[in-house]
Amino acid sequence: MNLTAQAGRRGDTVRSDCWVQIERTDSGGLRVDLHSKVDSLYGRSIRTLVTEELAYFGIENATVVIDDAGALPFVLMARVEAACKRLDNLIMKEYLPELRDCCNSRTERERFRRSRLYLPGNEPKFMVNAGIHKPDGIILDLEDSVSPLEKDAAAFLVRNALRQIDFGGAERMVRINQLPRGLDDLKFIVPHNVHVILIPKCESGDQVKKVASEARRIKAENGMTQDIYFMPILESAKGILNAYSIATSDEDIVALTIGLEDYTADIGVQRTAEGKESIWARSMVVTAARAAGLQPIDTVFSDVSDMAGLRNSVLEAKSLGFDGKGCIHPRQIRVIHEAFAPNEDEITKAKQIVLAFEKAEAEGLGVVSLGSKMIDPPVVKRALRTVNLAVALNLLPENWREGVASNEK
Amino acid sequence: MKNNYKMVKNAVGRMVPDHVNGKSAVPYLGVGKFGPTGRKAAPLIATCADYPSDGNKVVADLKTALIKAGIKDGMTISTHHHFRNGDLVANKVFQAAAEIGVKDLMWFPSASFPCHSPLIELLDSGVIHHIEGSMNGPLGDYCSAGKMRGLGVLRSHGGRYQAVQDGEVHIDIAVIAAPTADAFGNANGVNGPSACGLLGFALADSQYADRVIVVTDNLIDFPCIPWQIQGNYVDFVVVMDKIGDPAKIISGTTEITKSPDRLLIAELTAEFVKQTCILKNGFSFQGGAGGTSLSFAIFLEEMMKEMGIKARFVRGGSTQYLVEMLESGLTDYILDGQTFDLEGVRSMRENPRHVNTSPFTSYNYHGKGNFASMVDVVVLGATEVDVNFNANVVTHSDGRLLHGIGGWQNCLFSKCTILPIPSFRDRIPVIVDEVTTLCGPGELIDVIVTERGIAINPLRQDLIKAVAGSSIPIRRIEDIQNEVEEICGGKPDKPRFEDEVVAVIKWVDGTIIDSVKKVKSD
Repeated sequence: MNLTAQAGRRGDTVRSDCWVQIERTDSGGLRVDLHSKVDSLYGRSIRTLVTEELAYFGIENATVVIDDAGALPFVLMARVEAACKRLDNLIMKEYLPELRDCCNSRTERERFRRSRLYLPGNEPKFMVNAGIHKPDGIILDLEDSVSPLEKDAAAFLVRNALRQIDFGGAERMVRINQLPRGLDDLKFIVPHNVHVILIPKCESGDQVKKVASEARRIKAENGMTQDIYFMPILESAKGILNAYSIATSDEDIVALTIGLEDYTADIGVQRTAEGKESIWARSMVVTAARAAGLQPIDTVFSDVSDMAGLRNSVLEAKSLGFDGKGCIHPRQIRVIHEAFAPNEDEITKAKQIVLAFEKAEAEGLGVVSLGSKMIDPPVVKRALRTVNLAVALNLLPENWREGVASNEK
Repeated sequence: MKNNYKMVKNAVGRMVPDHVNGKSAVPYLGVGKFGPTGRKAAPLIATCADYPSDGNKVVADLKTALIKAGIKDGMTISTHHHFRNGDLVANKVFQAAAEIGVKDLMWFPSASFPCHSPLIELLDSGVIHHIEGSMNGPLGDYCSAGKMRGLGVLRSHGGRYQAVQDGEVHIDIAVIAAPTADAFGNANGVNGPSACGLLGFALADSQYADRVIVVTDNLIDFPCIPWQIQGNYVDFVVVMDKIGDPAKIISGTTEITKSPDRLLIAELTAEFVKQTCILKNGFSFQGGAGGTSLSFAIFLEEMMKEMGIKARFVRGGSTQYLVEMLESGLTDYILDGQTFDLEGVRSMRENPRHVNTSPFTSYNYHGKGNFASMVDVVVLGATEVDVNFNANVVTHSDGRLLHGIGGWQNCLFSKCTILPIPSFRDRIPVIVDEVTTLCGPGELIDVIVTERGIAINPLRQDLIKAVAGSSIPIRRIEDIQNEVEEICGGKPDKPRFEDEVVAVIKWVDGTIIDSVKKVKSD
């Protein structure tokens, strides 16, 4: 039990966040001292929220100072909660914002995961508009982007973001901390409709199993039935060597990805733009993922200003067999999607294969053939993926079969 | 004098004073509804007998010039903002006036900037009575707090020309800072160490003021070519060490935005222009400063290259990006009202197709037409827009004055007016039920582009049809408003004001479209 506690940030460069200080007093009830750039618009609402939240946590006598730079309500709530719990670490209950309808979507095992946008878990200003840039996935990161001293506060913020922010059609992902800490993170995200949990620095299937069983326990406790998937991140020599056993360690793993900063450090080399040093590891991830029926996803491209470099890097990833790429800035998303998009030749060929496959199916033939060539099942599968991607990207109309059919007549 | 008025309701339902600084004023009647009568104002007739026949009008210093110009209490003194936040002359003019011992002057700038905050002291001490012009930053706060003795009067660039031409404002002494001048008073802004581009905002002042003082830090032998300001209007020439810092004309608003949200808005805007077929060979657009507007121009440039089309003319504020378009043949002309960076200055100096314009040619509503209404598409900013598409550009959502009008009102007359704006800033919703200050009537504002979708004014069925069935995300303005209010935590409270009016907003025809009240302090 402390006499004062603080949470949040303030200063000239801080936006969409706030700083909260609570100081216990012996009597006199609550005093809220608010400095806010939106005082004339939302001052009343801020004071009400703070008063109610402190009452909820049983803090009756205190002076609360708030330096607000336009924090949205879910941010304000998270910061006040962090301050209250730093004041009194015996407080166990949570102050949850309403779960908005837009946060109730479900995901699917097979969906595009071309781009995944990392958002630092303790930085609210990037969260609210991330969805409008239409990444395939948004990752609220509790791990490397959050300083050790702010892990508690980030968990509240990420939890509130999962309940309040409309991420559009993006898959809702969270990167938890490295185990064992990451297991504690689960209670802040599993009950709040996270879609995919990223497990960093994964080195064994056992680690995935631990996360999966804890997640299932929390799901059961909350009476939840929706699917929650896992994406292990392999970031060490050991992780890469165990790639296949990791990939097959749990049925709810959907993708396998690689973190090259840590991997190159682990094998004792510099990470280069050319990437020779990691080619084997990346191919290993692709191979293990494909063998286990998962999506192989490439590492993050972190030079925000180099769009040409990004494009090349995505084309290279595609040629190695990856289905997706990580990014850290919304402007990278379109470049990634464009580079992963199939080109005209690929689409034409895929269409022919899909039609041949459907024709063979309709005629009850066991073998698919195109001209004089036999088509193997994996090739059909790849062609279907290409056609689906082309349709999703508006490169091919949904009714493309009709067009092809009429052309043939 | 400040409180000597009655409040009357104007045609957009706003309460405005019927007298401003002792003169009667007409409440806004609607777009194009006020018909002016009578003849224009005229300056005094001068005679060559009073001026040196060798053409040398140089006097010792600014103070001497002001005394020779007959400065006295209560006069109106004008200056200009060609250096934007780098202006060094306005402060010196009023310091000289203070030394001379005059008081109750009216400052009539074409715009003010944070660099003019030292004038607050002279407002307090009585040298300056009040300001009629844009009030930014510290001066805006000063006025909003009700500390100024007279009412602030905010006019558009075109409205300033109109007010001078119509005799609504009589300038006693105009002080024109000129990067190059000769002793006769011919002056321009394209040459010299302090070159800032053009001197268009001083045109009305040179034509209509009783006395005109040209201040330069680059006196050259007669003739000064080109003469953007004609020496035949000029009484005195003063040489000074430095009149301004042209590096500061940039004022932080001429860098492309890095914000992904604003880039998205700019891109959507360009897409909209393409989809509505405004983007075609021989079209015209007005860019401006401000990150989103610059990015819009860059997206447009890419599309023009792809489609193989070019513009007939582009209206500045010019920047390096517009200059690039001119030099690569993507536009035949830049018709420039103001240079926003040094590339713009260079181009105007060197390229005959980079033409300087003035508020008279581009914006004056009491003329025989102007250029603004001939532009195909213009993108403008706003602090707030309401569900009827009325927009605010001068006050913050908390009611404080923070921007001037600039050419904003004048540009609304273009064939398609687009406001690319974020739907909220931090926690401040930009789309509101009713704007705090109404600067532009909704009937002239066609499209609002936000990161959350595009709203088209129902009056523009042609635009609605043009984008129907396209991938452009069209939404009702109320839907965007509701979404943002849900994000921000409900409808915001309204800012609280005292009854006291501190400033009025003029429409382009000199009528009063709204008033700004003193912000209530707790």
